[in-house]
Amino acid sequence: MGLKSARPGASDTKEGGLLSTVSTLSPNFVTTRLDFLANWARSNSLWPMPFGTACCAIEFMATAASRFDLSRFGMERMSFSPRQADVLICAGRLPFKLAPVIRRIWDQMPQPKWAISMGACASSGGIFDTYAMVQGIDTIIPVDVYVPGCPPRPEGLMYGIMLLQKKIKGESLTDLSLRQEFMVNPDGLFLAPEKIDELSEPFGNSVHQTRSQ
Amino acid sequence: MMTARESAAALAAAFGTAVLRRSESCGDTIVSVARESAHEMLQWLKETPGQDFDYLTDVTAVDYRDPGQPLEVVYQLRSLQRKVDLRIKIPLDKSGDLSVDSVWDLWKGADWLEREVFDMFGVTFTNHPDLRRILMWETYREGFPLRKDFPLRGHYSRAEQTRQALGANPEAHYSMEELSIAAAYDDLPDDMRERLATGERGEVK
Repeated sequence: MGLKSARPGASDTKEGGLLSTVSTLSPNFVTTRLDFLANWARSNSLWPMPFGTACCAIEFMATAASRFDLSRFGMERMSFSPRQADVLICAGRLPFKLAPVIRRIWDQMPQPKWAISMGACASSGGIFDTYAMVQGIDTIIPVDVYVPGCPPRPEGLMYGIMLLQKKIKGESLTDLSLRQEFMVNPDGLFLAPEKIDELSEPFGNSVHQTRSQ
Repeated sequence: MMTARESAAALAAAFGTAVLRRSESCGDTIVSVARESAHEMLQWLKETPGQDFDYLTDVTAVDYRDPGQPLEVVYQLRSLQRKVDLRIKIPLDKSGDLSVDSVWDLWKGADWLEREVFDMFGVTFTNHPDLRRILMWETYREGFPLRKDFPLRGHYSRAEQTRQALGANPEAHYSMEELSIAAAYDDLPDDMRERLATGERGEVK
């Protein structure tokens, strides 16, 4: 826990802080060593914000329970408060009614933050290509890792988490674009409308569904 | 002890031509009744000694793909003492007025069931205490999803659906009653009281 509070960059995002000083430097011995230290601390103390809406949440609970023991990866503490969370795990389908809720939770999470889309429904809408379902949470929030499966086994989720840890270990404090916030635009969308329509296109078996009109 | 078939016959004897059709399917007794006297009949079934259909199992509706077929509002009744089930259907002309009398005054459990039928099929229940959408959010304006003329993926593009969803206020789906803070209303801060009183739920279609 001591590492958690001492994470470089966690409290230095304001101008004039350590981070902005470091970011003006080209990668050198100091910044790469600092990166190593920060990324080591960040990747091994990810606090998940579980957003469980369906059967994937059951697998997520199994992952957190004794047999698979998520705490081996530094995820000992489930953060049911978004303000103390690092990684949002959307486990399950997301209806449009919950879209503003997950967006609010994502906005409330402080940087640095990451998102895992767990399962087919969260990643693509899955079998629910209907009027009520978001066709992939990447139309609502930015996603770092997609875990396929319906639902994914705990090993699958842990593999996704390890991929995220690998990604974090490749980050650099000098790259401020990694910490950029993608807010909802004034037009009410986070992506361009054409992009959302493209992402939401029916695919696979779903193109054969009969449609009224 | 009266069977469901005998109950249906007794209903037909008491109300005559208001009972449109009686049938049996898969062991269930089904009675189609006219909209105008449906409430009176349901009250009769509930309160007449010997009938005692004291439990409303479900209220739902059926929309058939054939455009000539009426939309049917379905009441599934049960008598707990007699262990008898009876299904009452009200056929409604789809091109006409889709409204029936609420049975909330007979069975309080009809409250949310009728809201669901309203939400999904657009049937309005007169004298319902709080007829709002229940599954879809209250500012949902694409129509009534379980109607057969409703496209599976909705009327709007995915981008427009996402835009409307993100524009919704996440706190606004819950009324004061649902949050059970009505009792604490007087102790709430002024700004919260104002928000609850005026309603931030947006335009209710």
